[in-house]
Amino acid sequence: MTVNGKDIDAVTQVLQQDTETPTLAVTDLRVWFDTPRGMVRAVDGVTLDVAPGRTLGIVGESGSGKSVLSRAVMNILAPSAVVRSGSRIEFEGRDTATLGREEARKLWGARMAMVFQDPMTSLTPVLTIGAQLTETLRRHLPMSRSEALDRAEELLEWVGIPEPRKRLKQYPHNLSGGMRQRVVIALALACSPRLLIADEPTTALDVTVQHQILALLERLQREQGMAMVLITHDLGVVAGRSDEIAVMYAGRVVEQAPTKVLFREMRHPYTRALVGSIPRISDPSHTRLRAIPGRPPTVVDPPPGCAFAARCPHARPRCLAETPVLTTDGTTGDRHRHACFFPVGTPAGDDAWTTNLDEGRTAAGLPVDSRSVL
Amino acid sequence: MAGTGTAHLREADSHDLLLTVRNLVVEYDTGRAGKVQAVSDVSFDIARGETLGVVGESGCGKSTVAKAVMQLPRPTSGEVKFKGADLAAMSPRELRSTRRTFQMIFQDPISSLNPLRKVRHIVSEGLDVAGGRSRAEKQAMVDDILSVVGLDPTVAGDRRPHEFSGGQCQRISIARAVVVEPELVICDEPVSALDVSVQAQILNLLEDMKERYGLTLLFIAHDLAVVKNVSDRVMVMYLGKICEVASPDVLYAAPLHPYTEALLSAIPEPDPEVVPTQLTLSGDLPSPIDPPSGCRFRTRCPRAEALCTEEEPRMREVRPDHYVACHFPLSSV
Repeated sequence: MTVNGKDIDAVTQVLQQDTETPTLAVTDLRVWFDTPRGMVRAVDGVTLDVAPGRTLGIVGESGSGKSVLSRAVMNILAPSAVVRSGSRIEFEGRDTATLGREEARKLWGARMAMVFQDPMTSLTPVLTIGAQLTETLRRHLPMSRSEALDRAEELLEWVGIPEPRKRLKQYPHNLSGGMRQRVVIALALACSPRLLIADEPTTALDVTVQHQILALLERLQREQGMAMVLITHDLGVVAGRSDEIAVMYAGRVVEQAPTKVLFREMRHPYTRALVGSIPRISDPSHTRLRAIPGRPPTVVDPPPGCAFAARCPHARPRCLAETPVLTTDGTTGDRHRHACFFPVGTPAGDDAWTTNLDEGRTAAGLPVDSRSVL
Repeated sequence: MAGTGTAHLREADSHDLLLTVRNLVVEYDTGRAGKVQAVSDVSFDIARGETLGVVGESGCGKSTVAKAVMQLPRPTSGEVKFKGADLAAMSPRELRSTRRTFQMIFQDPISSLNPLRKVRHIVSEGLDVAGGRSRAEKQAMVDDILSVVGLDPTVAGDRRPHEFSGGQCQRISIARAVVVEPELVICDEPVSALDVSVQAQILNLLEDMKERYGLTLLFIAHDLAVVKNVSDRVMVMYLGKICEVASPDVLYAAPLHPYTEALLSAIPEPDPEVVPTQLTLSGDLPSPIDPPSGCRFRTRCPRAEALCTEEEPRMREVRPDHYVACHFPLSSV
């Protein structure tokens, strides 16, 4: 909704963000991996925040750095990862790098929890559901065995598992994929975290089960008032279930905005192309899909310039020489930022497009014709 | 859902049917637990040049149908008629000579290619087995098909699968399947392991290949939007049975089976203005070891009545060319 040209959603959100300390604030995070092929810049300067009770969707394809980002926040990076100096991860206003051992133990797994993609590998196959739940509970909370078992039963019931008492004695292989993911969610929520990171929580599941799990996460989040980061490659998953979306490409956020603003005013050519490539149920069958040409770049010692330039119909010489930074152009609210010199729906973008169309190719050599329009 | 019956099969006189499957049953022996019928009396047909899409949740038997058509392994019972000959009744020798004409593309593009072999050899293997061509002819065909699927034969031909991305490996799989000039290509979840941007490339490529080589496709996927995009006819499966068969535009606009409706309502729309709907489906898929009596969907169906427990619904034509196996179909007049 817009009033006097200002977006109300965006404005309310800005007001809220101003009055509250964000649950999570990531500033200029850089996570690089030293490999024999060179320095892999998996996450290369990401700044984000999530306020209490709100959901941030992080969207990106494989290799975009979204999972490394979540692992960095959870402090479970692989040993070969290097967090570059200047990176800052704050939880409820405190820099997590300065925490003592005891404090760190209380934070990760208890106040900040994570749900992973594959529910089979995030549960151990050799312990019962009950043993896994009570282990987490007793590690973080002062509870006796029987208290923990009672609480575990409550948790299973809360996430919608029928006959919870019976399930406590069962092993992960006795449960279906959807039930296992519910157990993983129960485990993550066992200590009432303030922040939940869900990394592709429904990718391995059927569409009906996906619907159930997403609805469950939404209900639990509302009841707990926690902040949530929902990571996915599927824009459909976050469109109806997030307050804000950050689109990642090659280790960077290329566009970020309140969800409704983003879908209404897509500025980055990649966001637009990503949405365009999804087959829509509302289109007639055999509708030609608008595929993105080429493939995601490798992030080993990337050359200067925009990482999307090689696949972008708007690419001009400047895109190959300079790296665009994430900024707001002020027309769609302060929370809407994008990293593009020739954004979609702006005079600069239109000019770049018509010039490329006249020349028949972009500055990166990608052939374009009238069908390549974003 | 339990649809048994053959009302949706078309007449061979009026349609050029390439594949007709009748009363297909595939049983697996699970040892202690007894036998599981993964596919239970399923019938369908595919006309030449058509794409039949098969959708359903995991465990519905859609991949088992694909394997049974390929005779990998052979079905427990039923008839798989391909160009008029029953594959299930063929001797191994006859089957081997026919196999060239029906090929398969698998879900995981990387593990379905031999990591030790060069792409050129992976693609030409089918030609080697078929025999009757000189080395130069085969090489020319391989180079040709690689460029058709969008790979540069001079660069890609001498590399091995690990040097390629998932999308490129799926292009190699498509080249391998199509180079032997098959008539039927069975695609089992060919894009579900791929990113959306690459998925669109592969789906477009499959449509191009279908047109260029006059292929007939059996396309299996769990993503309803993907199936709608490529199919001429869609078959919805549940727990080893067929629920509904229709053309995609009809099926998606006005589903008749409560299960199809539930599947459609569960799809997340990439539009924040669309409020996610309430799901009409609860619970999990029942075990196929001990399937529900009558209609197999009744345990999760919001419309189930006593009749559904007692009697298995049969496929019937409710609207022109729209078939459903349900006692109480939606929007029935």
